[in-house]
Amino acid sequence: MTTDKKPAVPGNRVVNKRKLEERRRFLRSIILGAAVLGISTLGYIPVASAWRVRMRPPGALEESDFLSSCIKCGQCVQVCPVQAIKLDDIDHGFGVGLPYIDSRSQACDFSCDAVQCILACPTGSLVYKKPVFMPTRNGMRVANPPILLAKEKDPEPTLNIRERTGLARLARPDACLAVQGKGFKGQARGADFKGRMRFIEVDRWKPIPLRDHPFDLQLCDLCVRTCPIKGAISLQPVVDKDGNTRMTPTVHEPCLGCGVCEMICPVESAAIVVDARKGWGA
Amino acid sequence: MANKYWESVRVMLGGAPRKSQPGEYTEEAKTIHFYKKSEKLDFDALRIEAHEHQKKGVWLRRRWITLLVINLLFTVSFWLDIQILEGALTASRFLGFHLIDLNSALQVMLAHKHIIVNLFIGTGTVFVLWLLVGGRTFCSWACPYHFLAENAERLHVYLVQKKKISDHTFHRGVRTVFWVLFALMAIITGYTVFETISPVGILSRALIYGPGLALGWVVLLLLFEVFYSRRAWCRYVCPIGLTYGMVGVFSPLHVTYKLANCHHEGECKKVCEVPHVLDCVIKGRAPTAQLDIGADCTRCGMCIDVCPSGALTFEIKGLRRIM
Repeated sequence: MTTDKKPAVPGNRVVNKRKLEERRRFLRSIILGAAVLGISTLGYIPVASAWRVRMRPPGALEESDFLSSCIKCGQCVQVCPVQAIKLDDIDHGFGVGLPYIDSRSQACDFSCDAVQCILACPTGSLVYKKPVFMPTRNGMRVANPPILLAKEKDPEPTLNIRERTGLARLARPDACLAVQGKGFKGQARGADFKGRMRFIEVDRWKPIPLRDHPFDLQLCDLCVRTCPIKGAISLQPVVDKDGNTRMTPTVHEPCLGCGVCEMICPVESAAIVVDARKGWGA
Repeated sequence: MANKYWESVRVMLGGAPRKSQPGEYTEEAKTIHFYKKSEKLDFDALRIEAHEHQKKGVWLRRRWITLLVINLLFTVSFWLDIQILEGALTASRFLGFHLIDLNSALQVMLAHKHIIVNLFIGTGTVFVLWLLVGGRTFCSWACPYHFLAENAERLHVYLVQKKKISDHTFHRGVRTVFWVLFALMAIITGYTVFETISPVGILSRALIYGPGLALGWVVLLLLFEVFYSRRAWCRYVCPIGLTYGMVGVFSPLHVTYKLANCHHEGECKKVCEVPHVLDCVIKGRAPTAQLDIGADCTRCGMCIDVCPSGALTFEIKGLRRIM
């Protein structure tokens, strides 16, 4: 400023000038405060409007507890053998950095057996068993310990989680190949699909790309044959409104909502989908 | 002695550095100040000398290498699956040991109101680590946003020198207000509100898990710092810095100032990220012949690099007496 170079001004004026600058600085600070707080609370909008209902990794606390307890470090992402877990971006507001699973592109196939994401979580956002004071909605807890088909012959065949992340639902029965009585031949999701899965008949531990494991089926039952949980889904004869009996994939209570059926469904878009955070009977 | 710590906390919380009262000067300091008064110094000559004797970024290089190694170790641990440092800066595991960022942990505890053992252990590990090396050392030696902001700051200073823009300051106390507000928001809303806009978390995750829209926010912050206010986020907003600053109040590692060596060119204050901690280098201010720089100091070492007379050095408390 040029005023600095001017010869002596009355002392009184110097004080005023400094006071003026202090006042400006104070006002600026208030504006800064309001701006930062305003911007940070913008994050509430996507959360309050439930922007997109995300499916959380296995063992996740109820959504509000999950949002408050997750420290956003991504250690769950790092241990997942099929890289099913992704982190949300800032368009999810307070949900930025929170893990989710998009079943259609990569489902959790329990190929880790132990649900390592839960082990990796440092803050208890993912837990094998919820503390008693943390509420669980009705229908989230499965009636019996879920049996992992890959471990069926082991002395301890059950998974050590008891709660579902969601529930599978035949969303478009008309599109379902089984309902149409059609078979399926080839790569379940085409040659470009990057999703991976473990097939017990190939390797008990190592997931392989889905495209490397083609099928040849008289009647499509991909969702049933790839489901990792015993008794979660089966093909049932169902009488439709025209009086015809058709084989229909039917979801049962042991379904954990892992999303393998949604990932493997060869129809675009999937005939069977997983409703995130939905309980049995809800 | 307790007074010294209280003063450094007061300044860190936003108080203006206080001039020492006449009675607070030691005899030794008085003598040095007395002789300095009679010295006739040619400041231009001193400046030239200063530039000749600068250590040309020794500590800067060490610090940048450390900062980049820490952050890239996260990245390679995940990409190459070598599992040395898993997670992100908010929470991680180093060779299996839980490390949890104090401010992130605090936000989670306040929002969730429930603490589990791993969270507690990880917080303890980090607390001890930064207690030893000085809390705000985190800022300049580990924070990825610091690396960007530091370079944005250079650009800002350059533009101010060229008179293209002018700098706007805020009251430093606003950072303390933010700290309290973010804590309150976490308690009241039950969300880790600060984590949403924390450029530290955003950048750390972007480095490890890939970039996203959130980087746009970081870019906005940097633009604000380049064109409007020097180092605004670190100086006036970031509660992480304040949390770590508190941890480092009694830290044994600090920058120390030797009055006798100082020629008062003021080079150190120009490069300092937190110049209010260096008020003691102003002629006639230092009450003792040797004193430690306050808790808000980030131990970045830039003042040490730039000081031509060795008046500023890193020191570990206690070691002075032993050696």
